[in-house]
Amino acid sequence: MSSAGMEYSLKGILREVLSYKSGLFGILLLIFLVVLSIVTIIAIPYNTAINLWRGEEGIWLENPKNAQPVWVKYIVGKNLPENIVLDSKKAGMIGITKALTEIPGTDFKKVYMEFTFTYDYDDFPSEVNIFFDAKYTKNAPILKIYIIKPGGIKVDLINYILRKPDDILYLSINPIVSQNLLIHASSVVGKQLEEELPIEMALFAVEDESLANVGTLKVLKGVYKIVIEGTLFGKESDVDAKVVIYGKVWGWAGTDHMRRDLGIALLWGTPVAMSFGLTASLMITILHLSIATISGYYGGWVDSLIQRLTEIYMIIPFLPFLIMIATFYKLDIWILLAVIIVLSIFGGGIKSTRALVMQIREYPYIEAAKVYGASNLRIIFLYIIPKILPPVIPGLIGAVPGYVFLEAGLSFLGLGDPYLPTWGKVINDAYNNGALYKGYYYWVLEPAFMLILTAFAFSFLGFALDKIVNPKLREV
Amino acid sequence: MAIKGFVKFAVKRGITLYLVVLLSIYITIVVANMGGMIDNFIKSQLLFDITYQFKRDPEYKDLPANELDKLIKETYKLEIKRRGLDKPFYIRSLVYMKDAITLDLGRALYLTSDTGSRSVRLIILERLPQTVMLFTTAMIINFLTHIFIGLYLSRHYGGKLDKLFIALAPTSVVPGWFYGIFLILIFASWLHILPYGGLVDVPPPKDPTLYTLSVLKHMILPLASWVISGFFLGCYSNRTFFLIFSTEDYVEAARAKGVPPRQLEIRYILRPSLPPIITGFALGLIGSWGGAIITETVFNWPGLGKVTYQAINAFDTPVLVGVTVIYAYLLAATVWILDMIYGIIDPRIKVMYGR
Repeated sequence: MSSAGMEYSLKGILREVLSYKSGLFGILLLIFLVVLSIVTIIAIPYNTAINLWRGEEGIWLENPKNAQPVWVKYIVGKNLPENIVLDSKKAGMIGITKALTEIPGTDFKKVYMEFTFTYDYDDFPSEVNIFFDAKYTKNAPILKIYIIKPGGIKVDLINYILRKPDDILYLSINPIVSQNLLIHASSVVGKQLEEELPIEMALFAVEDESLANVGTLKVLKGVYKIVIEGTLFGKESDVDAKVVIYGKVWGWAGTDHMRRDLGIALLWGTPVAMSFGLTASLMITILHLSIATISGYYGGWVDSLIQRLTEIYMIIPFLPFLIMIATFYKLDIWILLAVIIVLSIFGGGIKSTRALVMQIREYPYIEAAKVYGASNLRIIFLYIIPKILPPVIPGLIGAVPGYVFLEAGLSFLGLGDPYLPTWGKVINDAYNNGALYKGYYYWVLEPAFMLILTAFAFSFLGFALDKIVNPKLREV
Repeated sequence: MAIKGFVKFAVKRGITLYLVVLLSIYITIVVANMGGMIDNFIKSQLLFDITYQFKRDPEYKDLPANELDKLIKETYKLEIKRRGLDKPFYIRSLVYMKDAITLDLGRALYLTSDTGSRSVRLIILERLPQTVMLFTTAMIINFLTHIFIGLYLSRHYGGKLDKLFIALAPTSVVPGWFYGIFLILIFASWLHILPYGGLVDVPPPKDPTLYTLSVLKHMILPLASWVISGFFLGCYSNRTFFLIFSTEDYVEAARAKGVPPRQLEIRYILRPSLPPIITGFALGLIGSWGGAIITETVFNWPGLGKVTYQAINAFDTPVLVGVTVIYAYLLAATVWILDMIYGIIDPRIKVMYGR
């Protein structure tokens, strides 16, 4: 049937594959994905990736929530705000000053921190927080925080006593700040306003009648100053502050609802998907090939047993079974892989290969091998399997996307690996957090794009190989 | 003689398939009960419930602690016995087996039907129509479009359209549910012209016509996702199949004889190539009745797939076993009927058993 397939050398096959556009496309994609996988594993080792994705010790605290990737700016043609981080520990950086002066006759100190920055974006930030790092023995520092907007308008925000040395002031959800801003807005507009404004918007809004309600707020571009001044108690006391003005875009991949960098999941998804898909497909193909060959070669009761087993496998519903096992036993991805392989051992691929083996069994060269005393195993593994290998290879490559999507599907149902970041898990997160309702399209589209890229790489290559080893396809 | 042989073939196939069904059901029972582990969950839940019930009841408030404990233990034992949980798992698995094969599907542990019943049969029967409505429609649309476009392409083979289908065939590796996400993104989230998912609007319209229209509107996206997913590959493989058949010698001979092209296509190409296509269709159809778990979850479609997923998450084994049993019976019956049809029309099988 496929005697032509035997004559190809690896180089010959490669040359032929490249002669098809789909083959060239598949190979290029595949090379890109393999390189990406290797780079990822080297740059972010396995354990680092897991730790980063778990986000322990608040490593993502300074990232905005659900920020789009930075390049979205160029698509929408708007200068969307990026993160602005101003740290008083880095005093001396342009725009940041800090002064500590002792008050003579006491052990009190005056502190004055000033953060100057240019806000040049077309949209409001998403959040504003201040992270403190203080040293004190008994009495916590008493601080006064205000902002000086472009044009020299000073707005008092809050008088604040630290609750603990590493206190965090969530400025944009603080009710006192909100009240103060409402009072300020009322005085600007000239009448008592009822509706409180979102703090991160009011802070950066144009100072005129537009302050009257949320819908009319406009961004005021220019140079801002955030000032923190106050009194410290004790000789050794000190305070530092880090002002984070969270943007709406972050990194090349954006962030999710837990402020994590989606880039990590996108990168790490590649080696996981590739190794998962390839291993599953390879193992299952080898098993099918061996079982089909044994079944077709020996015939008799072995054959009927295997045939009955394939029928049982046909009737057992594969996906519900897999989901059942994955739910009951909370498997990690590699055990899941093993379960998928076991559940596919007697799958549908066996029938056609078995038919092929039954034909080859009658070929003269097999007869000859039997005559000179070759063992059955030798005949099966050295004479029959190499003969039926060529038509199986395209199927092997072509089946990879199926397993990649199977893993993604299970992750989508929340049954994926508990620790590793994978594309399916990102889509699951996005879905569970209403990404499609809220319009966080990047959150779904990025992992989807990677999945499709991987699927296409294998599928296009598989199709090209199919044409090469099945000459009948080439004719038509 | 031939009839006797055929009956022998039919009975033999029937018995083998039935044994296969029994085995698959038994495997399902063992896996769905986690080899008896589910029982321990149920037992501890039971003990907790009984203890709670007694402790809360004011009537037993003045009872000494050790007597109350005794009472709880006795009630627990009785309840275990009543539910048959005192027997070892392998015996009970055989009881489950008997119930399953006689289609006595029992009562669900946690899930209820929309009418509030715990009957597994009702739960399944309530969801089956939705699944059949959606996926059978999808399968039929796919079946017909693939055949007709496949025929068209094989007739115009080498043309621009043919090349386009060849080029796009590999895109069909992307499964339906995945296209579903994109469709929701475009048509529900972005354009706001179709619903995100579900069966009907909330609240459901009272008027039957409006109700039907609402269901149809909700069917568009899931249906489209399955049609798009299979489209290029389905047409491509049918086209290739027809092309291979159209180079057979007897077709060449008929062409040489001057059989008109349309007749050639229907009688000489379509007819002999149809059996494997129909087999694929029949098996796919039954397979689709098991419900597409992921697609139904993406579209929040209240079908069998979704109920299976809910049952898995709630560890509701009777429902899981029930779904598998019905599915296994349907599939085995379909395989048997297909075997019989081929037994009748395929001369090779006639020869094999006719002797």
